[in-house]
Amino acid sequence: MPPRVVLVTGVSRYLGSRLAAALAAEPSVERVIGVDTVPPRPEALPQLGRTEFVRADIRNPLIAKVIATSEVDTVVHMNVIATPLGAGGRTAMKEINVIGTMQLLAACQKAPSVRKLVVKSTTAVYGSSPRDPALFTEDVEPRALPKSGYAKDAVEVEGYVRGFGRRRPDVTLSLLRFTNFIGGYIETPLTRYFSLPVVPTVLGFDPRIQLCHEDDGIEVLRRCTLEEHPGIFNVGGTGALLLSQAARRVGRPSVPVPAPLVNVVARVFRQAGLVDFSPEQMRYLEHGRMADVSRLAEELGWSPRTTAEAFEDFVDARASFRLFPTEAVRDVERRVLSLLTRSEEAVRA
Amino acid sequence: MPEARVIPLEPREGREARRATRAGAAPTVVPEPAAASTPPSDWERKLAGGLAFLRRRLTGDYVVDDFGFDADLTEHVLLPPLRPLYDTWFRVETRGLDHVPDVGGALIVANHSGTIPVDAMMASLALMDHHPAHRNLRLLGADLVFSLPITAPLARKSGNTLACTADAERLLSAGEVVGVFPEGFKGIGKPFSERYKLQRFGRGGFVSAALRTGTPIVPVSIVGAEEIYPLLGNSKTLARLLGLPYVPITPLFPLLGPLGLVPLPSKWIIEFGEPILTAHLGGAAAAEDPMLVFNLTDQVRETIQSTLYTLLMQRRSVFF
Repeated sequence: MPPRVVLVTGVSRYLGSRLAAALAAEPSVERVIGVDTVPPRPEALPQLGRTEFVRADIRNPLIAKVIATSEVDTVVHMNVIATPLGAGGRTAMKEINVIGTMQLLAACQKAPSVRKLVVKSTTAVYGSSPRDPALFTEDVEPRALPKSGYAKDAVEVEGYVRGFGRRRPDVTLSLLRFTNFIGGYIETPLTRYFSLPVVPTVLGFDPRIQLCHEDDGIEVLRRCTLEEHPGIFNVGGTGALLLSQAARRVGRPSVPVPAPLVNVVARVFRQAGLVDFSPEQMRYLEHGRMADVSRLAEELGWSPRTTAEAFEDFVDARASFRLFPTEAVRDVERRVLSLLTRSEEAVRA
Repeated sequence: MPEARVIPLEPREGREARRATRAGAAPTVVPEPAAASTPPSDWERKLAGGLAFLRRRLTGDYVVDDFGFDADLTEHVLLPPLRPLYDTWFRVETRGLDHVPDVGGALIVANHSGTIPVDAMMASLALMDHHPAHRNLRLLGADLVFSLPITAPLARKSGNTLACTADAERLLSAGEVVGVFPEGFKGIGKPFSERYKLQRFGRGGFVSAALRTGTPIVPVSIVGAEEIYPLLGNSKTLARLLGLPYVPITPLFPLLGPLGLVPLPSKWIIEFGEPILTAHLGGAAAAEDPMLVFNLTDQVRETIQSTLYTLLMQRRSVFF
């Protein structure tokens, strides 16, 4: 049964407003209610269409009233914030993430109209350590639980979501663990990282990274909202890119930083407002993380684009900043060859 | 200030002569468009290949798999320096390579020795260069390998992954040849006096991975690796300080410093034994039977140990 009234938290942020727009374009959905503490950005307004906006803090019991009076049947929780900068400090971020989720779930539990809950989580809950299996499946026990920041918040949020699932077994629960987002428009710490003139890496490490294209992320959220897909799913592209390889693909030289200095360098970047990388993400820069995304593909009968394709889209959208464009490198190669050899065939091959 | 004058370091005649020979080495001395018909010579092909490789590296135009295996880098950069070691230094002799299937998964189980895992590299090279299907050996390594800087990405890029059941099963069901050294650090870091005595075989995790995926187990015996760095002592204090399982003291290391890292040129034999088939044993249910797992582990261990003794009897001397 398609949802009638959908509530989307975190609607003023990029992915939230895009999902709300996608749901508003769906004729079967009667009402789309967006909730956030700040109004949506003006440029997002035209595509938001018939989305109704409620300025409310999910940490506030007011949210229960919204759910009850509008008889919300589907709640999409996208208000778990990854960066302290956007939230106004780590304390506020933690409060929004954890207390906000608790309040929202409490409100959902009390509302008999709620039949479906979709939660946007992250594969960061698996942590990142040298003792990890190459690919995390949804039911694997992480070897090293994240101890701080966004990842820890996400682990706690998932804990409360599980508790909610126990208390309201009648609610369809989709817990989506997204890998890092990338694409032509989205702004994340990772996109800012790859936009730096030189990409700092940890000396002696070259992690595997896995990416999810923003459009595919929205598509997965949309499908899980409109259709019934209960369970926990890793969401991301298949295949890996090495960090060094990704840096080469955007045409950025990478600068290895010795491990003892990494935190100092990260703090400098953070304070300069360049890249908001928290300490637990520094571990990601050492050991990386890959998740097995086959369960989602089986459930939906559809696959997001691969990590390489998603990254290609990001590179193309910002083509202006490629330092070594593939064509230029090819050209140099051809010239060197024709300079050194006499055989045309070698050049052509 | 007077300008610095460029002084040729070589008399002009010498340079001229060298240039002439270089020109002579080229296929034909026709720089005209007619050259289009000349096939590229060997070195030209190599040059083109090298440049293409550089271009791929510079633009990130290569593929790594989920485990971080970079086939392009392994083939062109990581394996070539090992070849002289394999061919001329250790003169590795392989036997029974036909016991490794051309397609599909197989689990290679071998004895581990030599202080530094040179035996792992030589076994990889044996399968890559001398097996008719040129198979990549995907080794399972200890977590220490993946926590150390430099070795961690190198290990992943050359196709290795963490020794855990999840990874082993994933690789085996993908039809890869997986290699494992169940003795681990106990084997590679054992004193010289205990050479060719197999240590305890872990907890038999490799057997259950093979059972669950129904892949054959190929017992492999490696002779020669024990003598490359005879481990006379182990600086336990230093090892504890550095967080390493052992710090080797060999006849040449640390006495000769970096020179002590040159392995002794022992003569190697790698024998791939008769595969132990597991497909008929009942898959996942069989893996849940600890008795069967223990028995199979023992069978593999006994096979390797007895083959080692046979090979040692046949060996004329350590170095020839």
